[in-house]
This record gives sequence, C-alpha cells and structure tokens, in this order.
Amino acid sequence: MTDPFQYAPAPESRSIVDIAPSYGLFVDGEFVDGTGESFKTVNPATEEVLSEVASGTAEDVDRAVRAARRAYARVWGPMRPADRGKYLFRIARLLQERAREFAVLESLDNGKPIRESRDVDVPLAAAHFFYHAGWADKLDWAGLGPGPRPLGVAGQVIPWNFPLLMLAWKVAPALATGNTVVLKPAETTPLSALLFAEVCRQADLPPGVVNIVTGAGDTGRAVVEHPDVDKVAFTGSTEVGRSIARAVAGTAKKLTLELGGKAANIVFDDAPIDQAVEGIVQGIFFNQGHVCCAGSRLLVQENVHDEVIASLQRRIGRLRVGDPLDKNTDIGAINSAEQLARIRELTDIGEAEGAQRWQPACELPERGFWFPPTVFTDVSPAHRIARDEVFGPVLSVLTFRTPDEAVAKANNTTYGLSAGIWTEKGSRILKIADQLRAGVVWANTFNKFDPTSPFGGYKQSGYGREGGRHGLTAYLQGADRP
Amino acid sequence: MNDRLAVRKTYKLYVNGAFPRSESGRTYEVTDAKGHFLANAARASRKDARDAVVAARGAFAKWSAATAYNRGQVLYRVAEVMEGRHVQFCEEVAAGEGLSQSRARAAVDAAIDRWVWYAGWTDKLGAVLGGANPVAGPYFDFSLPEPTGVVAVLAPQRSSLLGLVSVLAPVLAGGNTAVVVTSHQRPLPAVTLGEVLATSDVPAGVVNLLTGDAGEIGPWLAEHDDVDAVDLTGAPAARALELERQAAGSIKRVVRPPAEEPDWAADPGLSRLTPFLETKTVWHPMGL
Repeated sequence: MTDPFQYAPAPESRSIVDIAPSYGLFVDGEFVDGTGESFKTVNPATEEVLSEVASGTAEDVDRAVRAARRAYARVWGPMRPADRGKYLFRIARLLQERAREFAVLESLDNGKPIRESRDVDVPLAAAHFFYHAGWADKLDWAGLGPGPRPLGVAGQVIPWNFPLLMLAWKVAPALATGNTVVLKPAETTPLSALLFAEVCRQADLPPGVVNIVTGAGDTGRAVVEHPDVDKVAFTGSTEVGRSIARAVAGTAKKLTLELGGKAANIVFDDAPIDQAVEGIVQGIFFNQGHVCCAGSRLLVQENVHDEVIASLQRRIGRLRVGDPLDKNTDIGAINSAEQLARIRELTDIGEAEGAQRWQPACELPERGFWFPPTVFTDVSPAHRIARDEVFGPVLSVLTFRTPDEAVAKANNTTYGLSAGIWTEKGSRILKIADQLRAGVVWANTFNKFDPTSPFGGYKQSGYGREGGRHGLTAYLQGADRP
Repeated sequence: MNDRLAVRKTYKLYVNGAFPRSESGRTYEVTDAKGHFLANAARASRKDARDAVVAARGAFAKWSAATAYNRGQVLYRVAEVMEGRHVQFCEEVAAGEGLSQSRARAAVDAAIDRWVWYAGWTDKLGAVLGGANPVAGPYFDFSLPEPTGVVAVLAPQRSSLLGLVSVLAPVLAGGNTAVVVTSHQRPLPAVTLGEVLATSDVPAGVVNLLTGDAGEIGPWLAEHDDVDAVDLTGAPAARALELERQAAGSIKRVVRPPAEEPDWAADPGLSRLTPFLETKTVWHPMGL
C-alpha cells in the first residue's frame, strides 16, 4: 500500500547564490591569491565540486596576522567603542538581508537540511552579531573588572558542523571587545565564511579587522602557532584541542577550547513521552548528529524504556532523509567521506561489542555521503558507542532505575559539554541539573542556543564560554573568567 | 633559666586528614635561612601524590555540595585556628624565610587576613559570577559558577605561608579540593597549616599537603587524568613548559607560572578564584 501522506518535493532554489569557480584568501580587506595549492570543496549530498579554494600557507597566515595587527593598532583598537558596535550592527543586518543566500550556500557546502540552515544557523548567526554589537560600548558595565582592554589579534579555528554560526560565535565577541581576527574555516566548509568576507566589505569594515584564511590542518596550525597571535579560540575535536593546548603552552596566548561531547539525555518516567521523543530526535538527529553537544546517550528510566523506544522508532521511521535543499528534509548528508567512514567504523564496533542496531527502512540517495538515523539498544556503559563521540546520527540507549543511577551514568564520561533532563517535576530538574557535570543543561528541551546564554564544557569538553557576559572574558585582558 | 629540653615535632605529609610519612620512607633536611638544621621533612613520592589525588577526589562530592554558607563558616574557622597558632607560624616563617620577627608577623597577619577574605567569598561567587540570561524563548536560563574539581597546586617556593594561603584558599572557596606541593626548601609552615586544617572542620581529603620537590611530583600530577586543573605558580622555571604540555593531555585548566614570584601582599581580586570555576548554564522550561 502506498503511503497516503507522501510529500511532494519542495526544493529551495539554488539560483539565489553565486558560487565562484575559485576563491582566494580574504586578507586586509581584499581577496588575494594564496601561495599554496588550492583544494576542492564539494557538495556532500552529490559529491559535485562546488568551488576551488586557496590553501593558506604559513606565509599567507603571516600576511593575515600582520594585517590584523595593523588594523588592531591603527584602526580597530583606537576606534570609539560605539562605532565598533555600529559595524557589528551593520553586519547583523547584512546577514539578515542575505539570509536566504547564506542558508542555501550553507546547505550546499555542508549538507545540512535547508530547514535548519534557514531557521537555526543563519538567524542565530545574525543574532550573535546583534547581541555583541550592543556590548561594544558597555564593557565597563560587564562586571569583568575595571577598564577591560582587548587582547590584540585573535587566531580562530572553527569546525565544519555549523560553519557560519561558529564563525559568528568567534568573530562577534572578538570584534565587540576590540580585537581583530584571523579566522580559519573548516577545510570541507569554507564557502559561507568567504561569503561573510563579502558582507564585511559591504559593511565597510576597515581592512584587516577580519581576515579569513582557508585551508586544512596545517593552515590551522600556522594560525595557532603564529607568534604574534595573542588569543587562540578553537572549536573542534578533543584530540586537536589537546595538540593546540600543547602548542600554546609556555606562551602568553590566552586559550579557549570548545571540544567534543557525549551528552546524556535523561528521560524520567514522569516525562511527557511524546514531547520527550521529539526532544530525543532533536537531540541526536539535528544536523545529522554533527553536534558537539548532541544528546548521543539516551538514559531512559527502565519502566518506560519499551514505551519510549517504540515511540522513538515510530517517529524515526517518519524522518525524511535526503536532499538538503528540500524544505521537507529532516536529515541531510554526512559532511564528508571521512566522517562517514568514522561513523561506519564506530557503529560496526557497536554491533561487534554486542549492542543491537536498529535503523528504519529508508532509501538513501546513490551519490553523496549518507547514513540513516540509527538507534543502539542493549548498550552498556563500557561500549565504545557509549563512550566515544560518534558525531553522527547514532543514538545509544542505556537505562537507569533511580535518579542517583541516572546522574552517575550521565557523569561517567570524560566529556562534560551538555545534558538533557525530561521530567514534569521542576524541583527534579533543578536537583539533577545541579548534580550533572556539564556546562549546559537543557530541561524538557535540547540543542537550544542563544547569544545571551553562555555555552561551553566541563572536563575534556574544553574550557571558556561562548555567548553571554561570560563569553566576553575570553577576549579581554585580565578579565576574570566567570 | 629555663633549661628544659624542647619536644621537637616530626614534620609529615597531610593526606586524607591524616599525617603519614612518605610511603617511600624518604625525608630531606630543611634548614633555616642561615643553613641551620630545622627538621627532616617527608619527601613525597609519586605514590603519595596519587594517594592524595584519590583522597581529594573522594572528598570532592561532599565539599562541592556543601552550602556556600557552610563552606564559608568552615573556612573562617580555619582562620580562627590559624590565629591561635600565630606564634608558631611566626617562628617558622621567620626561620624559613629569614625574616625579622616583625616582618614575619606581618606575613602571618596577612596570611590569616587573606584566609578570612576568601572565606567571605563562598556565598558571593554565585551572585557576582552568575546571572540570568534573557534568551529568546520560554525558558528561565541561568548560569552559575561551579567548582572545577580536583586542583593540583604547586605552591610558591619563596613565600611559605602567605603565598601558600594565597593559592590554596581560593581553590577551596570555590568548592574544589586540593593536592598541594608545598615550597620545597620552606615546607614547615605548610605542615603546621595542615594541623590547623585537621582541627578546623575541613573534611578529610579536601586539602592534601605534600612536602617535597615540585619538579619531581609535579609531572605526575600534571599528567594525572583525575586532576582537573593545575596551578603552576610554584613550578620550577625549567619545568613549567613541560608541565603545561603534560596538563594538555586531559584538557586541564592551567594557571601558568608568573615570570617571578609576585608580591603576595597585593590585592588578588578574582584572579585566583575564576580559573578553578566552571560555568553551568541551565535552560529551565516555563509554561503552564
């Protein structure tokens, strides 16, 4: 029998965005050729090459850092704080004006559903600039000590899962506090950062305040290790975070790290199950699970386990996997062949270690990188799929009987980025939230972000916060990190 | 004339609320500033350091969950008991640091006052460092500071009491537990502070004091996966870089060593509290 609730295709037009056949680096307000070789960036949903992008060498990074230093010393540092704020307001507005363009470009380069890039990534990026614009001339009242001063040049390295949003999280607070930046976007998702460069030009942002150097790991290393960089901010894997912490050891560079996670999403038996199931889906399948704070460990109270799993499977069976540009798509493409291989490897280990894999019947496109939404049951805390960050649409289900057991299992990880609690009882929310060793705790919701709300991890999920008053300290001298 | 022969003290480690010798059986000679023998201090080993971390981890749950008011009172109690040991501290500081009586007294006074200052911080940190976040949605969203966990402290080498208090008290005020490697050459006031801590309601394991060589024990603490943060203030200059690299292995929070030991009499601000505090943000739903 055919499904009476078929969706007609509803693809977003890609004609709104012009992708150049090749891009240089954005240094000192100009697009310039890099001295290294270029690399291809592909659409992960089709494997079509979107553009060729310059790979920044150490020499290119040095040029960018010198431009940032000049801009800091001559223009951006001495500028009236209110004017710095006005530039950021301009950027926020330009992002809103060109939101459709950014959303389509982000979905093309990253593989995420247009529904998410349109409704989450781009609006939040704009909101981040809007929020920080207001801080620029109010830092004296931020409660971060007397006369807060910028650090100088910030070297920032961002991941591929939220390319524009992570750019906003890095660039907006740096600029609001009076720093200039050299930003290295992820190798597989450079395009929205390059479009952002165009926004900087439309905003008449003084040259050198924002510099964008594309490339892979070596380019990032050159940014981190450049001696004239005063501040390093990194979002990415814990493994790379370690090497960055080693690299800046012994220097005066201020460092913030936003690393991996293995968040527990705890469902108590009094939770509204339908709402919780939506939250579980949102927690692990949002952005294909390419989310450092993804709710990848479902801890469900034993007496509602079967009910929750049945409802969850029914819901997952309705998720639409496919064309990221289709407005009905729930799950888009895995960002790269490399990431797909890692997800396959870890899920194979999950099965080999004895957990039960469940996947809905779902047709995947022939070309591109795809992985169906996956649920593992019978998972023990010792299994690698319960310990390692998969960074894909893979949920591991564990059970608990008492709140104490839930907390103990939730905290039984080297990570500590986020957690979720589902219950109708407000006092229980606050008690469990108090006991969780995680930087962000969502109650009866998951994967919510806001520029006013500090985000960052405990333990090996990194240090420092992004967003809110707390996030400003990462970019100010002597500011006491709250 | 008083010709009574003094009863001398055996200076030992302070771990998990007890005063063990080093499991290694090692001691080293501690002299005064002029080189005269003062005592044989225990020379802590890798095993002692690991035992201390186990003790600190074990004590963390209770100490971090104590109410801020309770923690403040316990810490204030430490200052009260220190005051009672004032003469002893002065003698040890004067001998170890080669200070005049009056300068030693000033250092001890400042150390006690510093402890009181931090005791008063416990129940203000939440208000000063936390806050409500006006998110665009139906949530009460708030951020609060929480202790980082087990903090390894390499205490200053020169200032044996005021320096020690200046690095230890803020760690405790934030709700962390501590493993401290004391000044190598001047460890005696630290051991006496351990006796103060043992008799002032600070739960066993919250503070663990290891006398010995930070250069020897530091790497084991910097590498230890159950240590959440390291304060390298008293690290030997030649070892600091390596220690910071080792600490990166488990993404520890690191306080880098100053170029030279600071003037501990200066107002510390929040600079020694915040490095050992995490910010937790909670999204609490609002609705009917």
